[in-house]
Amino acid sequence: MNQKTFFAFIGPSVLMMVIFIALPLATVLKQSFYVTQPVYQTLEVETCTPNFTGQVCVKEIKTIPTIGDNGKVITQTSFVGLVNYQNVLELPRVIKAFANNSWQQFISIDFWKALRFTLSFTLITLPLVLFFGLVIALCINNVAKSIRGPVIFVSLLPMIITPVIGALSIRWLFIGDGILTSFLEWWLVRDISMFAQAWTIELMMMFYRVWHVAPFAAIVFYAGLQTVNQDTVESAIIDGASRWQKLRYVILPHLMPLIVFVTLIHLMDAYRVFEEVVGFSSQAHVISLQWLTYDFLTSDLMGNRSIGRASASSMLTMIGIVLLLIPVLRGVWIDYKGKRL
Amino acid sequence: MIIKKIATTIAISLISSSVWAGCAFENNIELKSLSNSFDAMKAVTESMAECGNVTSVLDVDFKDKQPEAFAANPSLYQIGGVSNGTMVPLLNAGTIRPLDDLVAKYGSQLKPSQLIKVNGEIMAIAMMVNNQHLMYREDVLKEFRLEVPTTHAEMVAAAATIAKYNVVDYPIGGTYKAGWNLGEEFVNNYLGNGGEFFGEGNAPSINNATGVATLNTMKSLTEYMDPEYLVSDSTYVQQQFQQGKIAMATLWATRAGAMDNAEESQVVGKVIMASAPMGTARPASTNWWDGIVFAKNMTDEQADAAFRVAMEGIDTEMVLANNDDAVWLIDGYVAGSAAAGAIATADNGAAPYPSSSPGMGAMHTALGNGIAAFLTGEKDAATALADIEAAYTIAATEAGLM
Repeated sequence: MNQKTFFAFIGPSVLMMVIFIALPLATVLKQSFYVTQPVYQTLEVETCTPNFTGQVCVKEIKTIPTIGDNGKVITQTSFVGLVNYQNVLELPRVIKAFANNSWQQFISIDFWKALRFTLSFTLITLPLVLFFGLVIALCINNVAKSIRGPVIFVSLLPMIITPVIGALSIRWLFIGDGILTSFLEWWLVRDISMFAQAWTIELMMMFYRVWHVAPFAAIVFYAGLQTVNQDTVESAIIDGASRWQKLRYVILPHLMPLIVFVTLIHLMDAYRVFEEVVGFSSQAHVISLQWLTYDFLTSDLMGNRSIGRASASSMLTMIGIVLLLIPVLRGVWIDYKGKRL
Repeated sequence: MIIKKIATTIAISLISSSVWAGCAFENNIELKSLSNSFDAMKAVTESMAECGNVTSVLDVDFKDKQPEAFAANPSLYQIGGVSNGTMVPLLNAGTIRPLDDLVAKYGSQLKPSQLIKVNGEIMAIAMMVNNQHLMYREDVLKEFRLEVPTTHAEMVAAAATIAKYNVVDYPIGGTYKAGWNLGEEFVNNYLGNGGEFFGEGNAPSINNATGVATLNTMKSLTEYMDPEYLVSDSTYVQQQFQQGKIAMATLWATRAGAMDNAEESQVVGKVIMASAPMGTARPASTNWWDGIVFAKNMTDEQADAAFRVAMEGIDTEMVLANNDDAVWLIDGYVAGSAAAGAIATADNGAAPYPSSSPGMGAMHTALGNGIAAFLTGEKDAATALADIEAAYTIAATEAGLM
C-alpha cells in the first residue's frame, strides 16, 4: 500500500478522533485552569410573594448577576492556575489529617473518599471478572454442541442490559422490603437493611459489576479457547497432564494476550464507575471519582455549576486511569520486545 | 381494575384529542411545559392538556434541566412550573418573561396574591403554597394514649413508646435522602431553631451551637426511622405511610391528599395533619409557593397561547376537582382536613425558604452532601459543620459570591 492510499484510509478516522476526542480533551484541560463567574451587582429589589394568608412584599439588598444588552448574563473568565485542582484535592486538609495520623479524617475528604472506593472497586472486581469470565468460558466450551447456542445467549444476557437499568433492578430487589431482602430476612431470621451501611452497598455494587461484565470476559475467552492448538493439548494428555496442568500450562498461556486485553478494558471501565452510585443512590455512604465530577457539574438551586472543578476532577480521573494502565502496558511492551529479539 | 383504568385512560386521551371539554378555547399552537412531578402539578398539567396541543414533562429533576432549556433561543419549553427556590436561576439569567400585559389581557380570574412581583413587574403566577407538616396515625397515638407531639423531643418520646409494641415497622419516617432532601431537612430544623445561614458578605455561619443542636435533633429522630433513611425521598416515605409502615413523619403538605387515596393507601382516614414540630424559635418547616413562569425566548403568539392555556390549567374548575391535592391560592378552594397541618404550621410562624440569599444554593448543596457523614457516625457534629462550611466556601468563591 502506498503512503497516499494509507492516509486516505486512516484520514477520516484521525479527523474524527481529533474532533470528538482530542479537541474536547484539550478544552477540558483548558477549562480546568480557568474560572468563569457572573459579574454581580448589588441592588435593592422589592419582591412580592404569596404566603398562607396573603401577599408579602419585601425590600432587600440583593447580589444578583448583571444582564447585558444581549439578554445574557455578563460573565468574566479568569486564569486561576492550579486553584481548581487544589479545591478538588484539598491538600491542606490532607496534610492536617496526616499530621493527626487519622485515616478516618483523610478518608472523609471528598476526593480521597471517592478515590479510595474507586480504586478498591476496580482492583477487587478485576480478578473476579477474569475468574468468572474464564469459568463461564470453560463451561460453555464443555457443554454439548447442540445446546451451546442457547447457553451462550443466556450467559450474555447481563451484558446486554443497560447499566443504569441493571443497577436499578438490583436496587429494587434489595431496598426496604425488596424480594431478596425479605428472602434473606426469612432465611437468616433477622432484620436486614442493605442500604443502611457502606459495606453492604459496596458489596452489592461489586456483585452487580461482576455480574454485568463477566459475560464480556467470557465471550472473549471463549473465542480464544477455539484457537487453542489441539496438538499441544493432545501431547499434554499423552504426557499425563492432569486437567489442572492442562489449564495452567497450555490453555492459560495461550489466552494470556486476551487476559491482558480484558484487564485493560476493565481497568478503564471500572475506574469510571458511576451508574452504580446513581442507581443505588449511595452518595451518603459511597462516592466515586466520576460521580464527584457529575456532582460538580450539577447546578445548585441558584443555578451555579462548578465547571472549573469538574474539569479538574475529570483530568485527575484521566491521569488515574493512565497510571493504572502503565504497569499492564509495560508488561505487554516487555513481552513484545522479548519476542522480537 | 386494570381494565377499568385502561378504559379510563383511553377515554381521557380521546377527550383530550377530540373534544376540548374542560377548556374555554381550542389551542392550535404547539406548547410544551416542564415542571416538577407531584399530584397537584399533575392536576394542573392535565387540565392544561384539555385545551389541546400541550405536552407536559413532569420530572423530579426538572431543576437541572430548566435553566439551560429556557436559555435556548427559541426556548425548548414555553411554560415552566417553578417554586420560590427554582425560580431564582431563571430570574437571575433573565430567561423568563414579564407578564403584566398578559395578566391585563387574560388574567382577570387571578387574585392579587397570586401575582409574583419583582420590582413591580409580574414575573410568575403562583398557584399554591406548600410547607412541611406533621402527619401522624391517629389510631396508633390513641392506642397508646399519646398526645400529638408539638416538638421533636415529644416526637422522639412518643416514638420510644410506639417502638416497644409491634404496630408499625418504624415509628418515624423522614425524607432524609442524601442530597437535596437531607439539605432541606437541615434548613427546616435550623430555621426552626432560629439559626442564620450567613454572616457578613455571604460568609457561612452554621458551625455554632444552633447548628450542633439541629444536627443532634436530626440524629435523635433517625434512631426511630427505617435504617435506610439516607435513601428515602418524599415519595418513598409517602408510600411507607400509605402501607402502614410508619406512624409519624414531617412531610410535604402536597403529600397529605395521597393518604386518603383508596387506590393506593391502606390507612384511609387514619392519618391526621398537624403543625410541624416546633424548634426553639418557630416550626421546623419552611413555606414555599409553586407557580408558573413563561419563557422569554418565544414569539408573542406562543406567549399568548401559553398564558391562556396556563390560566385554564389553574382555573376554579381544576381546583374543585382536585381540592385536597394542595393548599391552592386559587378562587374556589376550600381548606379541608388535608390542609389543616400546613395552615397550622404557617400560623405558628414558619419561615419562608430563604431563597433570596444568593449563597443559599451552594449552602443547600453543601449541607445535602455533608450531613450524612454525621448521621452515619463518620464525623462529630462540629467537624461535619466545619467541613460543610469549607465546602460551601470553595463553591461560593468559585461562583464569585465571596
